[in-house]
Amino acid sequence: MTRVISCLDVKDGRVVKGVNFENLTDEGDPVELARRYAEEGADEIVFLDIGASPEGRGIMLDTIKRTASEVFIPLTVAGGVRTVADMRAALRAGADKVGINTAAVTNPQLIAECAQQFGSQCVVLSIDALKVADNQWEVVVNGGRTKTGFDAIEWAAEGARLGAGEILLTSIDRDGTKAGFDIALLKAVRAAVSLPIVASGGAGQAKHFIEAAQEGQANAVLAASIFHRGELAITSVKAAMAAAGVPVRTTP
Amino acid sequence: MTRIAVIDHGAGNMISVTNALEAVGAATFVVTTPEDVDGADGLLLPGVGATAPAMSRLSQQGFDSVLKQWKRPLLGICVGLQLFFERSAEDDSRCLGIMGGEVTELINTPTLPHMGWNEVSYPVADSLFRGIDEGSSFYFVHSYAPSGLSNAQSIAQSTHGGTFVAAARRNNVVGTQFHPERSGRNGLQLLSNWLEEVALAC
Repeated sequence: MTRVISCLDVKDGRVVKGVNFENLTDEGDPVELARRYAEEGADEIVFLDIGASPEGRGIMLDTIKRTASEVFIPLTVAGGVRTVADMRAALRAGADKVGINTAAVTNPQLIAECAQQFGSQCVVLSIDALKVADNQWEVVVNGGRTKTGFDAIEWAAEGARLGAGEILLTSIDRDGTKAGFDIALLKAVRAAVSLPIVASGGAGQAKHFIEAAQEGQANAVLAASIFHRGELAITSVKAAMAAAGVPVRTTP
Repeated sequence: MTRIAVIDHGAGNMISVTNALEAVGAATFVVTTPEDVDGADGLLLPGVGATAPAMSRLSQQGFDSVLKQWKRPLLGICVGLQLFFERSAEDDSRCLGIMGGEVTELINTPTLPHMGWNEVSYPVADSLFRGIDEGSSFYFVHSYAPSGLSNAQSIAQSTHGGTFVAAARRNNVVGTQFHPERSGRNGLQLLSNWLEEVALAC
């Protein structure tokens, strides 16, 4: 079944929304929103921690704890995870999976260390990919502002080899555009790894989710703002996917 | 209130399981030594991560003999279920041998690990699935599953490439390959059913 994932950007214990992490607006309590999305049929929740301050980190752990005690679907936490200790803290608070991004680029062995400590199933390699040529994408960090010189497809394969259990693949070009997922990127990574792939960046309409699953062969499709703003309901996305023949979980 | 001891063998994130059990009305306590199990009405063996480290930790803690001799309800989740069998192909580990059979890698799979929601069907009726419709979805994260069962019964199956055992029972010992604690309403219903089994056995 293809999973539909609701992603919440969290800063200092609140869900926020902005463009490129600027002009943030308060969108509510992450626990409340996570519970609402679970009731509406989200298959998984992702908290993207965009508040990197030390105080924000403690608040985030508390948010994870509260969510894990009320919401009984898988919870992934990503953003600012730099060490094995960071991952342990998130898992102990109740996260099921932890995404690593910049820290893995800086130190790829972190993937292997986390997989050895906690098992591959909870290590999500989060890749932000920027298109640089036809069928060529470069890994970028810092919200797309910093190029790394890593080829995104090679990096996905390396991540799989090091022990990641899932790839969270964000097209930076498509992020926030509502123009649809980057299908060519999904296909290229699919050809390189047998791990589950979460498609991210570009969701705007129900048909985009269908394309990502059918053409892009994504195992999961993620969206954030379109769900928060009520532009698309999770139930209607899933109904459209089911009608198109994409297997989805239809009762929460 | 039903008292459930949750075994901490170092790998699992206990909090998901204890939260879910408490949400359906159990009193839980996490145990790290066999003595702590005293007074438990039911025993839960969770599991994420790899088989070999989990098995060696259980042996070091002295839980292997406790689990083999346990007469009250015992529930294993994911790797917890896999540990009930004789051997696992993961790390070629010897396991507890409470259930006859082996744990083998999933075959003909489009992706590994098998991560996500999948439909479960019941070859036989078992109280664990009471009130949960045939074909309901549960959350899986695994690359291995039990096969070639003897003296234990497959009470649920699912398909990812090939068909595999999604839950198995031998008398008071039952286990699920999926994670009921992460499976929304269906998962909470299953845990509630198991608590009922525990209460009846008291």
